Amino acid sequence: MTSTLTISHLTKRFGGVHALSDVSLSVAPGERVALLGHNGAGKSTMMKIMLGLIAPDSGDITVCGAAPGDAEARMKVAYLPENVAFHPALTGLEQVSFYMRLRNVDPRGAHDLLARVGLADAATRRIGTFSKGMRQRVGLAQALIGHPRLLVLDEPTSGLDPVSRRDFYELLDGLAADGAAILLSSHALTEVEARTDRLLILSGGRMVAEGSLHELRSKAALPVSLHISAMNGHVSELMGAFPNAIRTDAGLNLTCTQDDKLATLARISDLRGMVADLEVIPPSLEDIYSHFSRRDGQ
Amino acid sequence: MIAGILATARIEANIARRNRWVLIAVLLMVVFSLVLSAAGSAPTGALGADRLSVVVASLTSLSVYLVPLVALLMSFDAIAGEVERGTLPLLLTYPVARWEVLAGKLLAHVLILIVALAAGYGAAALVAILTDPQAMAGLGALWRLTWTSVLLGATFLGIGYAVSALSRRASGAAGLAVGVWLGLVVLYDLGLLAAVVADEGGFFTTQLFPVALLANPADAFRLFNLSAAEAGAAASGVAGAAGMIPQWQSLTSVVVWPIAALILAAQVFRKVDA
Repeated sequence: MTSTLTISHLTKRFGGVHALSDVSLSVAPGERVALLGHNGAGKSTMMKIMLGLIAPDSGDITVCGAAPGDAEARMKVAYLPENVAFHPALTGLEQVSFYMRLRNVDPRGAHDLLARVGLADAATRRIGTFSKGMRQRVGLAQALIGHPRLLVLDEPTSGLDPVSRRDFYELLDGLAADGAAILLSSHALTEVEARTDRLLILSGGRMVAEGSLHELRSKAALPVSLHISAMNGHVSELMGAFPNAIRTDAGLNLTCTQDDKLATLARISDLRGMVADLEVIPPSLEDIYSHFSRRDGQ
Repeated sequence: MIAGILATARIEANIARRNRWVLIAVLLMVVFSLVLSAAGSAPTGALGADRLSVVVASLTSLSVYLVPLVALLMSFDAIAGEVERGTLPLLLTYPVARWEVLAGKLLAHVLILIVALAAGYGAAALVAILTDPQAMAGLGALWRLTWTSVLLGATFLGIGYAVSALSRRASGAAGLAVGVWLGLVVLYDLGLLAAVVADEGGFFTTQLFPVALLANPADAFRLFNLSAAEAGAAASGVAGAAGMIPQWQSLTSVVVWPIAALILAAQVFRKVDA
């Protein structure tokens, strides 16, 4: 299957600063990919390059079989910028109708499109009166026009409440099921984890990690934490069995590597007469993210 | 291609209507045209010209100031506003070329200008025709004034877009637009007059002065209309030069300026980063 988006060895400098260094990635049709990175990691720059808004210094980019910014690519790519803005004097309906006309889509569907993002009642109000979340929804609506093959979404859920976020990811699931490739950037790690197929971590303009959460977890090889609650009076005996553990009020905390996890669990289960309860805590998404994004001395 | 231009023109017309620019332009033109036509009624008999021709001569002097002003007011925000609001990057990811965006804005603004001109000139002409049965003779001059006013407006729309793209901030563009208006429409003529007076009929007056008039879109517009009008005799000052410059030269300037201004605007807009 050919990729919808392919980037190889992309480099971009602003003045003397390396905004992006030798970045390569690809996104297949129907794939939902999350782009993670701290502020200034190069996420927005990379998105603007794949949209043809900024020219790269070097590297090859193919978007829907065309060069970024080509008329053909623009027909097939939808974009939602970070902090999307519209003319405040226009109504939601006028603004979306305009974007539909630019994509040669019948503007009579504008009302339905706004209804899809939950703006049916506000369609004829001026965007100047909208809240940030409502403006964001107008932004989402325009990104859905004309069955795009690639959606480039820069922090699409910022300003949305939890219910709207869930609705938004359901919209994305539908688009991906239709074969659209989706690349979105986000700071909200937990929601991205559950709703995307693959994570990319950008740090200081470099791609420092790529893969599913499971793959990143094993690549990071971060320790697993175990909380053991001891039966009354057995804490000291347990400490004897696990000398490296840290004693807490009613039990002990210990850590082990992923590879040792099962062996450690077996040892604990051998001591089941002394153990009241056991909690296994895998490294959190934040831990994994920090692990990768700090590797370059960030 | 056409769809993109028409969609842009449509949304720009909506914005202009919402921002009251249409209303402001129409009111400005109607009020000033009626005031001028009322004020210009006194010398009619003395000149022996029909009432409408005299009104057209007055309207020409009015339009030299007013049409560039209205055009610059409508255009200074066109690109700087998009940059400042942050709406430009999204627009440029759509399948529409930059020149199509500019053409769409131009189409909307020219149509608004035509509406304002038709209302203003129409009102003044109506008053003239109602009060003087001979006034129909001046319809040709009125028609000439109308289409040259549209071209003058297009010139200053183009200059306004270029200014807008250059400054990239709406406030800066507004200041620059006022400066352009003052410079090209007011100070330019004052400077020329001062030079002619100081020169006392020397090389400047005979050789450079006509070229300087043709080089300015507002002066070329005035020259063309006054040299063509029967009521040209009523004009004085800079317009006195109308007689010494062939009409085809001022016509060329009137036609070439809008094209040059719009090409300039498109070139400057191309260099604006998304």
